[in-house]
Amino acid sequence: MNTTATRSGTRPRRQNRAELGVGLLLAVVGAAVVVDAARLNVPYSQSDPVGPRTVPFIVGGLLLVCAVTLTVNVLRGGRGEAEEGEDVDLSAPTEWRVVLPLLGAFLANILLIDVLGWVISGAMLFWGSAWALGSRHPVRDAGISVALALVTFYGFYVGLGILLPAGVLEGVL
Amino acid sequence: MDVWSSLLDGFSTALTPMNMLYALVGVLLGTAVGVLPGLGPAMTVALLLPVTFALEPASAFIMFAGIYYGGMYGGSTTSILLNTPGESSSVVTAIEGHKMAKAGRAAQALATAAIGSFIAGTIGTLLLVVCAPVVVKFAISLGNPSYLAIMVLSLLAVTAVLGKSRLRGFCALGLGLAVGLVGSDPVTGQQRLTFGMPLLVDGIDIVVVAVAIFAVGEALWVAAHLRRTAAHVIPVGQPWMGKQDWKRSWKPWLRGTAYGFPFGALPAGGAEIPTFLSYVTEKRLSKHPEEFGHGAIEGVAGPEAANNASAAGTLVPMLSLGLPTNATAAVMLAAFTQYGIQPGPLLFDREPKLVWALIASLFIGNVLLLVINLPLAPAWAKLLQIPRPYLYAGIVFFATLGAYSVNLQAFDLAILLVLGLLGFLMRRFGLPVLPLVLGVILGPRLEQQLRTSLQLSQGNISGLFSEPLAIAVYVIVALVLAWPLARRLRPGTSRCTIDTQQDAGPDVDAGDRGKVSSS
Repeated sequence: MNTTATRSGTRPRRQNRAELGVGLLLAVVGAAVVVDAARLNVPYSQSDPVGPRTVPFIVGGLLLVCAVTLTVNVLRGGRGEAEEGEDVDLSAPTEWRVVLPLLGAFLANILLIDVLGWVISGAMLFWGSAWALGSRHPVRDAGISVALALVTFYGFYVGLGILLPAGVLEGVL
Repeated sequence: MDVWSSLLDGFSTALTPMNMLYALVGVLLGTAVGVLPGLGPAMTVALLLPVTFALEPASAFIMFAGIYYGGMYGGSTTSILLNTPGESSSVVTAIEGHKMAKAGRAAQALATAAIGSFIAGTIGTLLLVVCAPVVVKFAISLGNPSYLAIMVLSLLAVTAVLGKSRLRGFCALGLGLAVGLVGSDPVTGQQRLTFGMPLLVDGIDIVVVAVAIFAVGEALWVAAHLRRTAAHVIPVGQPWMGKQDWKRSWKPWLRGTAYGFPFGALPAGGAEIPTFLSYVTEKRLSKHPEEFGHGAIEGVAGPEAANNASAAGTLVPMLSLGLPTNATAAVMLAAFTQYGIQPGPLLFDREPKLVWALIASLFIGNVLLLVINLPLAPAWAKLLQIPRPYLYAGIVFFATLGAYSVNLQAFDLAILLVLGLLGFLMRRFGLPVLPLVLGVILGPRLEQQLRTSLQLSQGNISGLFSEPLAIAVYVIVALVLAWPLARRLRPGTSRCTIDTQQDAGPDVDAGDRGKVSSS
């Protein structure tokens, strides 16, 4: 009863090369952990025989071993199975035209939230995300975005006592 | 008896009008997100963490309890009406459930799932009441070395037993442990992996990690593969069952409960194995074996009960030992730490009011689920029609809001994005998410136990094995790790005898799917 059959077998070659990147990522993180731990100084202390370096060395070691093993596994044809879901269609290739604008909306919010305030940047985030995901009702989306942003702004302030940044609308809200 | 009077106290806390309201909100919210594709109970609790800081801890946990059970219920609705199960635990329900729905028996499938969930949840929670204090009594006598061993076991078990590839599980675990290291070392105060950034000194907020991995990562992943054709939802009326359905359902409910609870209580038991076992058992015992594969009601009743009983079982290690074994429990455990509550065996002693209110609200939530959701089934079915752009834009929106409101720092959003991208990568390349989250949560506690254990033995490594239970647990750990190796080396049953080099590695190739592979 294997219900999770692989359906993403369209381009094994490219997937393979991309998956080697995961091994690289693991190696980089592992190396960073080890290098970072090596510069810690270990004061001799009766009360802490383990010291601050031991666990990072173990974790870094685990990551490096995983990096090598995963690389070998991938080179031998092993493949990670992409996750399935109700709305996930694995037979289609990755839609970068959706993901990149979505990331753009997210990034814009990070840069703008402290300047423009939550109401404007949050509304832009929702509107941008909905557009990136294929919604083609700009006016209706704008209405929903502004409403959501305003409701959360006042909801957080009144209900939770958290004052989200008002930004340029300081004094208006 | 002491336990029962504590439970009554718990009910008196949980039954105040305000807390009832939170239970109701939790149940409705839980069911809604269970029904909605792309959202799960773990993600919901994560998204709600920042919001609930303003609440009393007891109220917050009453709501989380509702979400926890509600999410299970909602998941089964989706798999029956849509046949694209989101969670692995409802895969089995979909087999017969969707066939029943197609044959015009959606109402009966939903009813047997709901009533079975109620019965399994109630029995499971009762077992939790009985078992948890016993485990606590045992756990209090344990010293640091034993506790360390048990934590190692639960981490390794989740990593090595669940999931499709052990190797990829360990990759995820390593990344999680690395994230958990960020911040200042608790003993010497030196900064680790902060790269000179002052905002990282306090470590990465677990709320941000959970929201990033569960919500942002999921939204990005779905965005990359969004199904363009609208899924076909089978319309449904009021759930009900005839006399024959009752007769065929009650035994599977009880048997499913018997499978589910113990598996849930074990580290890495999960819900997949018991639901599958329940399905196979019902198929074998059924008087209508010919109906299996065409919509047999037993095949919905049993696995659904097993699923919910396993959810209740999971709470035993979580409340009595502070060990989470599924994603929702992990996030709830993170919530404990956020409130400054130390999870572990002392929880029942230090926070009896909170724990018993939580357990009492599980009973209440179960009743609410049954009473509210049977009439609301058609409304939930409508929820499946929500336009996907709004659904996923909403997830991104609320994830951002939640992560930002913790510290009101745009920097946290940058971390959210980086870890969200990691969550995306992990989904794409089949790295399981749970070991990472557990690594972040348990890693620092594991290190603390290790340091205390060796402090007690003055640095002598034998201090790790000073208690008999610790030794026993390490033997189990060794067995868990050595199991696939032993299977390969055994002559005759081995699949790859030619390539001896491959036997040396801990990796399991894509062809090895663990126990649930074939029937």
